[in-house]
Amino acid sequence: MNTQVLEERQDQFHTVGGSAFEMACNRESLAGAVSQRACVFCGSRVVLYPIADALHLVHGPLGCAAYTWDIRGALSSGPELHRMSFCTDLRENDVVFGGEKKLARALDELIDRHSPKAAFVYSTCIAGLIGDDMDAVCARAESEKGIPVIAVRSEGFKGNKREGYSAACRAMMRLVGTGDTSGVPRVAVNLLGDYNLAGELWIIREYFRRMGVGVVANVTGDGRVEDLRRAHGAALNVVQCSGSTMELAKMMREAHGTPFIRASYLGIEDMAASLYAVADFFKNEDPEIVDRTACLVREKLTALMPRLALYRQDLEGKKAAIYVGGAFKAFSLVKAFRHLGMRVALAGSQTGTREDYEELAAICDPGCVIVDDANPLELSAFLEKEDVDVLVGGVKERPIAYKLGVGFCDHNHERKIPLEGFEGMENFAREIHATVTSPVWRFMPRRAGRTGGMPACLEAGI
Amino acid sequence: MKTGAVRVRPEPENVKHGAASLSAYASTTNACAVCAPLGASLAFRGIEGAVPYIHGSQGCATYMRRYIISHYREPMDIASSSLGEKQAVFGGGPNLKKGILNVMRKYAPSLVGVATTCLTETIGDDVPGILLEFKREFGDLGLPEIVAVSTPSYSGTHSDGWHAAVAATVETLSKASSPGSGNGVNIFPGMVSCADMEHIKDIVQDFGLAPTLLPDISETLDGPALAEYRPVPPGGTPLSSIRAMPKNLASIELGRTLSDRKTGAAVLEKRFGVERTGLGLPIGLRETDALMEALSRISGRPVPRRHLLERGRLLDAMADGHKYLAGKRVAVYGEEDLTIGLVAFLAETGAKPVLAATGGRSAGFAQAAADVCEGLAPVPEIIRGADFHEIADKAKDLSPEILIGHGKGQRTAREWGIPLVRAGFPIHDRFGAQRLSHTGYKGALQLYDRIVNALLKKTQESCSIGYGYL
Ligand code: SF4
Ligand code: SF4
Repeated sequence: MNTQVLEERQDQFHTVGGSAFEMACNRESLAGAVSQRACVFCGSRVVLYPIADALHLVHGPLGCAAYTWDIRGALSSGPELHRMSFCTDLRENDVVFGGEKKLARALDELIDRHSPKAAFVYSTCIAGLIGDDMDAVCARAESEKGIPVIAVRSEGFKGNKREGYSAACRAMMRLVGTGDTSGVPRVAVNLLGDYNLAGELWIIREYFRRMGVGVVANVTGDGRVEDLRRAHGAALNVVQCSGSTMELAKMMREAHGTPFIRASYLGIEDMAASLYAVADFFKNEDPEIVDRTACLVREKLTALMPRLALYRQDLEGKKAAIYVGGAFKAFSLVKAFRHLGMRVALAGSQTGTREDYEELAAICDPGCVIVDDANPLELSAFLEKEDVDVLVGGVKERPIAYKLGVGFCDHNHERKIPLEGFEGMENFAREIHATVTSPVWRFMPRRAGRTGGMPACLEAGI
Repeated sequence: MKTGAVRVRPEPENVKHGAASLSAYASTTNACAVCAPLGASLAFRGIEGAVPYIHGSQGCATYMRRYIISHYREPMDIASSSLGEKQAVFGGGPNLKKGILNVMRKYAPSLVGVATTCLTETIGDDVPGILLEFKREFGDLGLPEIVAVSTPSYSGTHSDGWHAAVAATVETLSKASSPGSGNGVNIFPGMVSCADMEHIKDIVQDFGLAPTLLPDISETLDGPALAEYRPVPPGGTPLSSIRAMPKNLASIELGRTLSDRKTGAAVLEKRFGVERTGLGLPIGLRETDALMEALSRISGRPVPRRHLLERGRLLDAMADGHKYLAGKRVAVYGEEDLTIGLVAFLAETGAKPVLAATGGRSAGFAQAAADVCEGLAPVPEIIRGADFHEIADKAKDLSPEILIGHGKGQRTAREWGIPLVRAGFPIHDRFGAQRLSHTGYKGALQLYDRIVNALLKKTQESCSIGYGYL
């Protein structure tokens, strides 16, 4: 594998059980490498875009906006303004003479046309370069139109996705605390860092409903501007995928005294632990909540575990590689694979921090390779060498796996099947099973000649 | 057969029904096209051993890769200069050089295709200058060919980027002294599917000619399963063939809006005197007839029986299906030349193209639409620089019954409750986009089947009887 690692990237790898943990990360991608990473703007877009009743206007050239049009499956139960792609399409003239006028006109036009509850204006590389005073334009539009118009400083070149997350959090903080919190129940939380992909947040909200916990704001899946404004009324912030919204949680603790806990809704242990942690937080307020939670978890596990056992028959001993956007997701996935009897041979992310990777190394089996910001060549070399059975990643990784006859599970923002919660765990197992046991692989050149029986699940008619 | 060669004409002041409007809005909503470096990267992918390289910040390249991968379902590596804030201030030269060196080490490319972005154009990086320096500094390393093309998004759409990359490649590589094969023909197919490229090559070969298709993505973006991963996919136009283009018998360039532009064929004509034949994208009878006629003339051979037979089948199908399509109001959108080709074909079928929209801004678009409709159908409404808001705006009064274009019109079709027949790029919501055929008699026939079936499906689904024969 070393031949595939550019020398300058050597220290963005680590093998569990090898030398002492020493890994560089969160650095800029290397010129000429084909990074799977995106830009600051992408990070901001990811976090804010599911706010479904806001206008999301990209101040920049056409491409930046076109590539991000409706690319993620963040579902809304109501308005769907977020699924539109708006931009100022900066052209040569604007680059020379500035884009402020065009931005003002675009805001005017679009706010009148769509009557959004707020507008987010994203700065791109070009907007940043030509030095438009976006704050001034936004302030003017805000006073004219009577809705919050917020500039998001997300110039692509100012770092990677993480900086984008933080710009998004600062933008949301402009809304938090501006709404009326009367009527917010005492046992209520905000759900941070979930984007309601394939309706996942609805699964989680249902759990909380059964526990007796209200939800004030979804941040940001199925999100609404009004909810964000009164989010400070919630007693607790439950933060998933801490990379993207942790900063908002911290800002809210600072400004409004809202405490937060970390959560993950992926896999069994993390899902259950997250519910118990919330129950624990409210147990003085509502003494029966712990029992209700235990009852819920028991019911779900009783349904789930026999199903998992079935899938496990066929999956025991198989190998997985994980390459996802955030390191937190990787933690949960490593644990989820254990329930399927599978070993994780590679765990990596685009944007993990040093601490993330240290934690990841601690839960992975010896021999597992930890990688930051991998490129297609490294991934393919790894898939070939380790002979893994499935790669978990995003759409950009999919063809690499399939080309080589390796199974694949889409675990990025584009997924169309809910993978969170106990129901999601079953979906996950089914997905992994479907891809790992496919007969197609036996015909692939790389695996030709290998035999295997019919999967037990198939024989059992499942 | 009637020739469909493109005539260069100034843009009409006021084509009947079809004043060529550019956007009246300051904002763009749901763009119909994407930016130029994407098209350049696609074109570079169609050159043997080439690695596309985006000189800009990381996000652009990653977005484009994702966009391309979702259409072709193939690996698509695009290297990037990964410019950060510092480089945005002090210039991206050092990163560009370092980036190319890294690509050389990892991919051992025969060619690196460098496309610039809005960022590097705006900060004013002198890419040709930087590359000269690079060659001076590292000339001892056995460098790959390096082709550079300027592609900020304000220079045009993805299809403009494609043509610019092709022209730049020809300009950089073609040498008069290279030997030619005697029966070689240069074909510039434009942004068509992998299946189309394969078919166009077959057609040319059937005339006993040796096509040099530039670019040729038929294998690089529709490759087989692999035993071993190949960093650069096999296939693509060989460099030696590109170098030999000046010695070929003629150049055929497909696309009616290209005639007044600096294209690969234009470069070959101007520099080496290679005859340039500009034709429409061969979709339907007349446009394909024109291609056959040109090939027949160049080769001195009659149209092979196989293609006469295919023509006959197409015509037969058009008779069988003419009533399904008669008078059907069709809105067509997408890349300029493809849109024109589709309109040309529709006009022949008896359908009524009511709207021809493109995200591009080619001046000749409206005239081309008028030309291909002449004598057969009224000229459709035209939108250049279109987005889906304007398409919807215009289409309100036109009440189209079917949409034909890339996958991004899906939401519009859904809103209107009419079928969408997918054609061109991108198609992210269906399977097998790289294998869709549009060109040649055979491709048009497949397209015809798709169109008629989409209408039949609609009829069947919206009728309570559920006819078993339609
Ligand atoms: S429009 Fe310009 S800045 Fe945006 S993705 Fe395309 S090249 Fe990059
Ligand atoms: S121009 Fe900047 S903001 Fe736009 S996609 Fe590229 S890196 Fe991101």
